[in-house]
Amino acid sequence: MSGTSPAELTTPGLGGGLRDLRQSSFLLKLLVRKELKVRYRGSVLGLLWSYVKPGVQFIVFYVALGVFLGLERSPRNPEGLSNYAVYLFSGIVLINFFSEALGNAARSIVNNGNLIKKIYLPRELFPVASVWVSGVHFFPQLVVLVAGCLVAGWHPNGLQLLAAVAGFVIVGLLATGLGLLFGAANVYFRDSENLVDMLLMVATWASPVMYAWTMVQEKLGATAFAVYQANPVTIGVELFHYAFWFPTTDGSAAIPPNLFSLWTPVGLAIALLVLVLGQFTFRRLEGRFAQEL
Amino acid sequence: MVNAIEVSDISKQFVLRHTRSIKEAVVWLAKGRKGDLSEKFHALKNVSVDVKTGETVALLGLNGSGKSTLLKHISGVMLPDSGTVRTRGRVAGLIEVGAGFHPDLSGRDNVYLNGAILGMTEQQVNERFDDIVEFSEIGQFIDTEVKFYSSGMYLRLAFSVAVHTDPEVFLIDEILAVGDEPFQRKCIEKIQELARNGKTLVVVSHDLDLVSRICARGILLEHGNVKFDGSIHDAVALLRS
Repeated sequence: MSGTSPAELTTPGLGGGLRDLRQSSFLLKLLVRKELKVRYRGSVLGLLWSYVKPGVQFIVFYVALGVFLGLERSPRNPEGLSNYAVYLFSGIVLINFFSEALGNAARSIVNNGNLIKKIYLPRELFPVASVWVSGVHFFPQLVVLVAGCLVAGWHPNGLQLLAAVAGFVIVGLLATGLGLLFGAANVYFRDSENLVDMLLMVATWASPVMYAWTMVQEKLGATAFAVYQANPVTIGVELFHYAFWFPTTDGSAAIPPNLFSLWTPVGLAIALLVLVLGQFTFRRLEGRFAQEL
Repeated sequence: MVNAIEVSDISKQFVLRHTRSIKEAVVWLAKGRKGDLSEKFHALKNVSVDVKTGETVALLGLNGSGKSTLLKHISGVMLPDSGTVRTRGRVAGLIEVGAGFHPDLSGRDNVYLNGAILGMTEQQVNERFDDIVEFSEIGQFIDTEVKFYSSGMYLRLAFSVAVHTDPEVFLIDEILAVGDEPFQRKCIEKIQELARNGKTLVVVSHDLDLVSRICARGILLEHGNVKFDGSIHDAVALLRS
């Protein structure tokens, strides 16, 4: 007799959502490790690609936007942004994290369909593992960013470091929430992953990554600008600018009004709301994953 | 004896969906929902089955009779449209061995990954790792990537992980044809040992001679209905007739 058999009858297949992840932390760890091992399999550069790709992306944007389109401040162009390279890169790393996390999370359920069809396990694991993997890939870029900042004379205070953490958390939560939502929808309609690709393309330009937020404020009215500001990715990027770029300048650059008193809590609230909505949708849809995949 | 599995009056309909894109769904709506966007198909109809702890049950039936679907409901992969399924203790499926294997990982990594997928903790995998490797007879190839394994080696390792997960209820779907003759015999012995140790077994197989040796009770399914539920010999005889 299996003397350890618990006395209770339970209904199989009803998970506790994201709460189940605590019990499955070992599996989550292994899934993340698997993704990291498999990502650059058979390539000579391996993990170096995580540096090369954003590096090249940065150079292209810097030359095209900073030099050709005149966003970089220079003696002939006093209107530009000082230390545009740092400004640009601090936004790019966060957008890259968001793009990779959401793009992979949206595909994670369909890509792991073989497993989901056959064995019951908390399916939230897959989108969450995707976001986690992106977080790991974000780290080397952060190292490059910090190195660049130090060269540019970075001297952050505690609040600025806290802003970086807040920006990362907001974007991470948003990516997880949207990843759950689109990942589940993708099982039923494969259009979902294309929608995500489009959304990510828009997201890069809908936040002040390449340009300054002041340019947006000049063109948009107060209401439209408030809508623009309410985008959690925008708030995350602005927090990153405040953390990494602002301390390398002479401090005369303008910070978006009410960034801390209003927009950071708003961004966090929206990201959490999206997460709750994503989890809710995911749980509504997951019951039929096995037969739809 | 207490029940390990209680399946009461479950039904399951499958939608044979014709469309996978929003465009087609929108067109269908615009046309006033003319025609059926989807066809329905009854995979299980009012099925009730109770399995006691320590029982060995074979699900029999022709292809498409709903055996695997019933197994998926017991494991929780699928949820019934109506009725309830309840299980006691940890249920592990030896459903399609190797479903959680990744070809680019080594045998060792796959043992850990698959063990975790089947619900083992880190400590349990560590403890049983040597047993798993020994049972699989993989030996020195354990650190080789799984894609270089022969299909027999692959199945042996996968079966070995599954059989070492030690749940209260084992669900086994068409996986007894593992490897060569000697290894097959070893697998069957292992499964019989599990049964002797009081584990509950639910087996799906088309190998009628084999299930008659392993199981005591047979449930014959036909088009999603339970046609017969009784001793394995009567069930096999009925299916063969």
